[in-house]
Amino acid sequence: MALLRLAGRRLALAVPGLLGVIVVTFLLNRALPGDPAAFFAGPAATRQAIEEIRARLGLDKSVPEQFVYYVRDLARGDLGTSLTTGQPVLRDLATRLPASLELTLAGLTLAVTVALPLGVLSATRPGSWVDHLARVVTTAGVSLPIFFTGLLLVYVFYFLLGWAPAPLGRLDAFSTAPRQVTGFFVVDAVLAHDGALAWAALRQLALPAVTLGLFAMAPIARMTRASMLGVLGSEFIRTARAAGLAPRTVLVTYALRNALLPVITLLGMVFSFLLGANVLVEKVFAWPGVGSYALEALIASDYAPVQGFVLLMATLYVFLNLTIDIVYGLVDPRVRIEA
Amino acid sequence: MMRVLGTLVLSAATLLAPAAPVSAQGRQETLIVIVESGPNSMDIHGVGANRPAYQASWNLYDRLLTYGVKRLPDGSRMYDYNSLKPELAESWTLAPDGLSVTFKLRRDARFHDGTPVTARDVKWSFDRAVTVGGFPTFQMKAGSLEKPEQFVVVDDYTFRVTFVRKDKMTMPDLAVVVPAVFNSELARKHATAQDPWAMEWLKSNDAGSGAYKLESWKPGQDTVYVRFDDWKSGPLPKIRRVIVREVPSAGNRRALLERGDADISFDLPPKDFAEMAKAGKLAVVSHPVENAFAYVGMNVKNPPFNNLKVRQAVAHAVPYEKIFSTAVFGRGVLLTGNPIVSLTYGHDLFPSPYKTDMAKAKALMADAGFPNGFETTLSFDQGFATINEPTAVLVQESLGQIGIKTTIEKIPGSNWRNMLLKKEMPLFLNAFGGWLNYPEYFFFWNFHGQNAVFNTSSYQNPDMDRLIEAARFETDPKKYRELVRGFAKIEITDVPRVPVYQPLLDVAMQKNVKGYQYWFHRQLDYRQLSKE
Repeated sequence: MALLRLAGRRLALAVPGLLGVIVVTFLLNRALPGDPAAFFAGPAATRQAIEEIRARLGLDKSVPEQFVYYVRDLARGDLGTSLTTGQPVLRDLATRLPASLELTLAGLTLAVTVALPLGVLSATRPGSWVDHLARVVTTAGVSLPIFFTGLLLVYVFYFLLGWAPAPLGRLDAFSTAPRQVTGFFVVDAVLAHDGALAWAALRQLALPAVTLGLFAMAPIARMTRASMLGVLGSEFIRTARAAGLAPRTVLVTYALRNALLPVITLLGMVFSFLLGANVLVEKVFAWPGVGSYALEALIASDYAPVQGFVLLMATLYVFLNLTIDIVYGLVDPRVRIEA
Repeated sequence: MMRVLGTLVLSAATLLAPAAPVSAQGRQETLIVIVESGPNSMDIHGVGANRPAYQASWNLYDRLLTYGVKRLPDGSRMYDYNSLKPELAESWTLAPDGLSVTFKLRRDARFHDGTPVTARDVKWSFDRAVTVGGFPTFQMKAGSLEKPEQFVVVDDYTFRVTFVRKDKMTMPDLAVVVPAVFNSELARKHATAQDPWAMEWLKSNDAGSGAYKLESWKPGQDTVYVRFDDWKSGPLPKIRRVIVREVPSAGNRRALLERGDADISFDLPPKDFAEMAKAGKLAVVSHPVENAFAYVGMNVKNPPFNNLKVRQAVAHAVPYEKIFSTAVFGRGVLLTGNPIVSLTYGHDLFPSPYKTDMAKAKALMADAGFPNGFETTLSFDQGFATINEPTAVLVQESLGQIGIKTTIEKIPGSNWRNMLLKKEMPLFLNAFGGWLNYPEYFFFWNFHGQNAVFNTSSYQNPDMDRLIEAARFETDPKKYRELVRGFAKIEITDVPRVPVYQPLLDVAMQKNVKGYQYWFHRQLDYRQLSKE
């Protein structure tokens, strides 16, 4: 009950934020130096041709007027049409979001499965080879630019060794996408009982997910290590040890559960961060996600997709924070009581 | 940045690359094209249809006419703008008074849904092109095709175009991308009161009779075409299926080609083309882009570049050779000094006499009244930073030696055209290429007093205008040649812009891909290609 109330209050708090996002993205887009009419009028355009296009795009109207039209369309669920792809923005985002989410979740899962044990191990054995390994991995993960890691992986595993498939997005040129259920190709292929396709999709996913995972691993491992060190040094752990509890119980039940709180907060941050970092990985691996979509639209001063993208991201963040608050409540009873 | 690094990482790889893997089943009849970005419309008349959309339209749709092919001295093939060949039209006759042309349509041509192609479809399509405004209307106008009344359906298979004036560009303009023939019955089914020309539907659907049908189009990802087996407007193409994949990273495009996972691509930086041509693993075919050159432009309306001596000083200070070797990697034809070999008649009639000569440049600056130089900004389009950025640095360095201190201003690609329209940039790098290969067409856009967007220098000179206008309608070859020579000479003497080089259109492909030919639209025509 308390949790539901908490969720409700959080949602209500998010509404003014979302409204703000709508206004700010609209204005920021208009403040960009580009002129979409000139851009889309094509190379041989005259001034007259450009004005015709401007009128057709509704850009000859005043900014407040444009805003009213924008909000009216938004209320109808119409996010406008992208000029770069020629499709409705809503459809573009709907087809591309699963790709971004699949990649981000795969990267994050990979990062957590490696980083959590690595963090715990290096905290329990400070100064050991595991600790040093963790340090090297985290430093490398943070300091290598993400697109560089991506290109390096492509170069080694695709170009030199030929183990990875061509960096051509979610599927190779000769496969067709599975029937959409979740939008995650690997899952959908398994649901369609198509083992070969699932394998093909997984192979495509591997390198970009590792790229993203390497990047996300660093903060998670470091936070786990620091947090574990702090908890392990605290008095209740000493008491538990003195009381003769099994080392495993001390480590997992008492230490890890307490150490996890800051890690969960961080996971939320890392997830939102990864959605952003996706842009570069999507570019390198021709991954048809929302990030590269928004970036291309931005380059062309194509307002509608950029606005749609920011709005989508803002909404995602609201729900992400909500989820984190709820998970927090589950892990830490105090949050529930205070709420 | 990403692109630069990608190239660096991969350039080292050329020597270590293992042999291309054995191709999968069906690879023989499937062509995999990789591009940086894909089409935003299947409809060439659509608002803001981009360059990749030309390729889509060219292969999905037929036109009444097309161009013939000629062989160049190096054995490569190129469209021949002097010869028009039948496509949907079987034959055509010019009226004795020269004021109309009548086309006989081929009777066996079908649209992709099986309906026959008739003169009504042609009329509907041409009416649409001259009515919807923007680029298509404009391109039609370039050939004096201006209003629907000019297009007459005589009977199902006879179609007439009446001329508003005698214009040598009318017939060639019927073979460019814009006058594509649409399935009017099919399109009308999807027209609405607000959208009488079915712009919305045709944007993402195929209503053509071309040699290829649209199988699927995922914007931002890929476009897949399959051969239309009932195509009668020419010999049946060999490639059954074409997959155009979008790969945003230049480094990966090169890796895909070198690994044999892709067949052909235009979209690589000049440095990669230079290296690939040298390595010899892939076939690199290059043609100088017709009617085009890259230049250093100056705004002649405002001081200090309204001073002819200053412009001449700049023309003597531009480091042509350095730009050509270190920024362009030799992928072009240098337009300086010795008479040049150019595909475009006209540019070679009056070659640029300027060479890098710092002493002369300094003297000219002193003559112009700027012995101590001045400060200005040098702008370029960041969308083409691969070439523009090093060029700008070289120009900056060189101009610094004659006292012109420049600040480099990078303009984002989306804003570049806007900046050109404003005509306020004092000094800038740019390039222009015209579709129709006539010098007066190029000059009309670039130097005529009407001051079009592409007259980036705001150059206005009544003598120039007179010569350009006269050349447009001159029929006597000798007189025409003199007129062209005349305006080319004015341009090179007045130097509102300093011609630097004519760019190359490079394409890299697997060695088993045959039949590539250069087209004025600089896109692939899948019909000519085959794999051995």
